[in-house]
Amino acid sequence: MNPLVPMIASTVVAATPLIYAALGETVVERSGVLNLGIEGMMLIGAVAGFAATRGSGSDTVGFIAAAAAGVALSLVFGFLTLNLQTNQVATGLALTLFGIGLSAFVGHDLAGLPVDRLAPIKIPGLSSIPILGDLLFHYDIMVYLSIALFLGVQWFLTKSRPGLTLRAIGESPAVAHAIGKSVLKTRYLAVAFGGATAGIAGAYLSLVQTPMWVEGMSAGKGWIALALVVFGTWKPARVVIGAYLFGGVTQFQLFAQGFGLPIPTEFLSMLPYAATIIVLVIICRDPKTILLNQPASLGHSFHSAA
Amino acid sequence: MKLSKTLKSLSLCIAAGLTVMAPAGGFAAEPLKVAFVYLGPRGDGGWTQQHDMGRLGLEKAMGDKIKTTFVENVPETADSERVFRQLASDGYTLIFATSFGYMEPLQKVAKLFPNVKFEHVNGFKTAANIVVYEPRFEEGFYLIGVLAGQMTKSNTLGFIGSFPIPSVIRNVNSMTLGAQAVNPKVKTKAIWVNTWYDPGKERQAADTLIAQGADNVAQNTDSPASIQAAQEKGTYAFSIDADMSSFGKKAQLSGTTEDWSGYYIAETKKVMDGSWTGNRHTRWGIKEGMVVMAPLNPEIPPAAVKVFEDKKAAIVSGALNPFGGPIKDNTGKEMVAAGATMPEAMFGSLNWYVEGIDGSVPK
Repeated sequence: MNPLVPMIASTVVAATPLIYAALGETVVERSGVLNLGIEGMMLIGAVAGFAATRGSGSDTVGFIAAAAAGVALSLVFGFLTLNLQTNQVATGLALTLFGIGLSAFVGHDLAGLPVDRLAPIKIPGLSSIPILGDLLFHYDIMVYLSIALFLGVQWFLTKSRPGLTLRAIGESPAVAHAIGKSVLKTRYLAVAFGGATAGIAGAYLSLVQTPMWVEGMSAGKGWIALALVVFGTWKPARVVIGAYLFGGVTQFQLFAQGFGLPIPTEFLSMLPYAATIIVLVIICRDPKTILLNQPASLGHSFHSAA
Repeated sequence: MKLSKTLKSLSLCIAAGLTVMAPAGGFAAEPLKVAFVYLGPRGDGGWTQQHDMGRLGLEKAMGDKIKTTFVENVPETADSERVFRQLASDGYTLIFATSFGYMEPLQKVAKLFPNVKFEHVNGFKTAANIVVYEPRFEEGFYLIGVLAGQMTKSNTLGFIGSFPIPSVIRNVNSMTLGAQAVNPKVKTKAIWVNTWYDPGKERQAADTLIAQGADNVAQNTDSPASIQAAQEKGTYAFSIDADMSSFGKKAQLSGTTEDWSGYYIAETKKVMDGSWTGNRHTRWGIKEGMVVMAPLNPEIPPAAVKVFEDKKAAIVSGALNPFGGPIKDNTGKEMVAAGATMPEAMFGSLNWYVEGIDGSVPK
């Protein structure tokens, strides 16, 4: 087999959870809410998805349960920050800590149990094309759905009316409120959407990437997703490019080591972070675009005077 | 006025009573307080879990003569200093620090609490109240190599390393030496992931090694991800710290695990009978039962099991030292002469690959 094939396959598997989590967070942040709790929601999603799949034998049930668990946790965040107007940064950090602890607690008896890995889907005809079939048509359903999610989010934010409302609220909730848009409702929906995708991202770890449950298995991927949103300047396409780039460079450096390239591993380990930052900074090298793209009300609570 | 006077005399009485009672009754019945500081969660399915089993083994053996506690998820940063200080001030007199990175914080705290006894795993700095204990991991990895060298068809082994530090470099070296002892054609590929624990990255590393032709992969990282990878690809892998065969029954050939309870019981007894001393460095291996091989996969042919058991017996009897010469580094230079064993200084600061490992140690 062409050595490129497993390398690209690994890249896609590594990037997919980042895409789910980061696209969700993009929508959340575009509505003006900063949720730093992705890591916690991912872990809750990972443990919920794992438990549900083990209980039901169905990956579909697992991913739905993971999304539901992510939503449940995100609604706690929503209630605290949107209704009670707590500080979003502090609440998001608390959500991560809470998610780490809660997932460890409920998952205590699940450690060491196996589930079957979600199988790649075979597309008749396409999957058997040499090389290209291996490269493009040998993934599990969640990989294709992540692309669909990207197209959906892109369309929603740029082409749809509710997307316009959401962006307006992210820029200036007071103005949106004045023309009769419900800031609270839109932000709640955005936060819940971010919770669902973070939950799915977590389940992708525990059902596909490494089909098992171990405490803290997200190992910082929630934070990487968060950074991708910022470096992708809140644009879904750049976020997705960033995720693939990060996954690809991570994979490349492991590959390079296996071939015995004499490069310090500390440097290689740094490479995915550095490359992602550099490329995304070059994409949006004009500092004005970052400022223009950042939702103006990001992180600020909104309290309607009326 | 009168009431307050009565109260005062009453409290004086109580205070006097307490001071009389303390040396008489309190001390002998007071259980010895033993604390454990863990790097990861107890449910990590590996390193920390084994330490916690050691703690439970200690509790079981000593009953109510001791009282144990643990703090989990303690990062190897200044945070750990706070944890050690807290435990020492809470009256824990024997504290086990179960990760290498606690070395510097421990040095500081130990100076402040000269009466507290500290035990540090895998470190190299002892003091009047700090001792170091360490398993002879290289014995386990040598035996992994003995199995891998016999089972490999591609004559290529893989090794997933955490950080290129001497105690991990030793393991990739001893695995390769063990494999070469039974199969001189063996080559090893090593990948360093620069983390102890990241299931996703470990999985990627395992997939990469398998794609590059390694059909036996051993790991020095903490999660069972590489066992799963091997199970899916139909190759072999070796567990570390805990038995991980539930993640890949066909794939896991064996592995190294640790049983800490024997050491923890021995040290606690020393503290209780007053024979505990500082400035010691204890290394226990297969003979002492600190390094234990995970159950062998039934697919290993009996002839290969025989070779494995013979080598194991030779290690226990002392006839075989994994780092006995002749050993060449991978540029062909002789590092340990025939008949000699690796000197302690070289062993402690090992930073080169033995012959048969691709590439060079990251520096």
